[in-house]
Amino acid sequence: MSQPSGILSARNWDELMEGIWRQNPVFVMVLGMCPALAVTVSGINGLSMGIATTFVLVCSCGLVSLLRKLIPKEVRIATYIVIIATFVTVVDYVIQAVSLALYDALGAFIQLIVVNCVILGRAEAHASKNTPVVAMTNAFGMGIGFTIGLLALGCVREILGAGTLFGVSLFGANFQPWVVMVLPPGGFFVLGAWLLLFSALARRKQRKLTEAAQNA
Amino acid sequence: MPESAASIFINALLANNFVLAMFLGLCPFLGVSNKLETAFPMGVATTFVMFVASLCAFGLNLLLSTFHLEFLRLISYIVIIASSVQLVEMVLKKYSPTLFRALGIYLPLITTNCAVLGVALFQTARDYDFVQSVAFSLGGGAGFMLALVLMASVRERLQLSDVPAVAQGTALTLMLAGILSLAFMGFAGLGG
Repeated sequence: MSQPSGILSARNWDELMEGIWRQNPVFVMVLGMCPALAVTVSGINGLSMGIATTFVLVCSCGLVSLLRKLIPKEVRIATYIVIIATFVTVVDYVIQAVSLALYDALGAFIQLIVVNCVILGRAEAHASKNTPVVAMTNAFGMGIGFTIGLLALGCVREILGAGTLFGVSLFGANFQPWVVMVLPPGGFFVLGAWLLLFSALARRKQRKLTEAAQNA
Repeated sequence: MPESAASIFINALLANNFVLAMFLGLCPFLGVSNKLETAFPMGVATTFVMFVASLCAFGLNLLLSTFHLEFLRLISYIVIIASSVQLVEMVLKKYSPTLFRALGIYLPLITTNCAVLGVALFQTARDYDFVQSVAFSLGGGAGFMLALVLMASVRERLQLSDVPAVAQGTALTLMLAGILSLAFMGFAGLGG
């Protein structure tokens, strides 16, 4: 029996999956809701917001983890926020250079990544206690999980509210769009529906487990 | 013609309510809206921080523009907000220890409330002058408070009703927020 070591070890895999599934920031922890609901009027917006957040998350968790022995405990939150703000400024200027249309669509919400509680939460709860590789793996998993959540919200809202997916028309010209889904209330409703679905699934799994325990 | 301060105030309060139409400050909205007695002081404290942060951000933006240091805007705004929260905390502790204890952990958490940073960023993006910025921050704060108080009242009522077990918790709160947001859409067009 030889455990795979290095970057693909079981520990790293575990750290990665934590963010993608078990502790998914959108569906399980319900953190970082402001950008999640505000920008997800279409799949592509959700995807780009997710990628931007993942970049900031991985870079700032890596840096926080590298500096974890140097940062005095009293000013750690302020230090984390300044580190995060630095990377957000980088992302802000990069998106502006790459696609002006996307920059206009996301608006101030790119800069509001600074106050996304997922990032500060990860920096405080995980990156400040772990080595850079572990911290960045975990942050990457969280970022992927966040992106999946945004994509799930964005796609549902785009399909229902505009009849398109990534800008491709799905139902032809006769489709009557359900406009409220791309308006603010739709964001709350779609996220609420996803949470209901996950809660129902969790309860069914729990019931099966109890039944199996009783039968055994 | 520049927007009048009154129309900006009404707009930020109702038609473009920070929480229910612009999705700013959702974390405290979902977290602190359990009980009316914590929701209200939280709203007042946030409004005050928003007001102070908006004033500071306005001055700071003038300073940064003079020296062409716009890329430092985000970092300096967040530092300003963190320090004004600290200031509010110290003032409250000195002059009203009861209120300070009632707010507890929620006070420092105002720093990461995106509604506060949102006020500073939006007033910069829209080139508001001084009076407009003040109206915007006060309207936004009052709107935040209104949404928080409404939500808390509905949730207090809900504790007495029979909710299906599967819908308990965040899912139900989000559905409620959706309905509130739908109601606020009726204000669209108000305040131009």
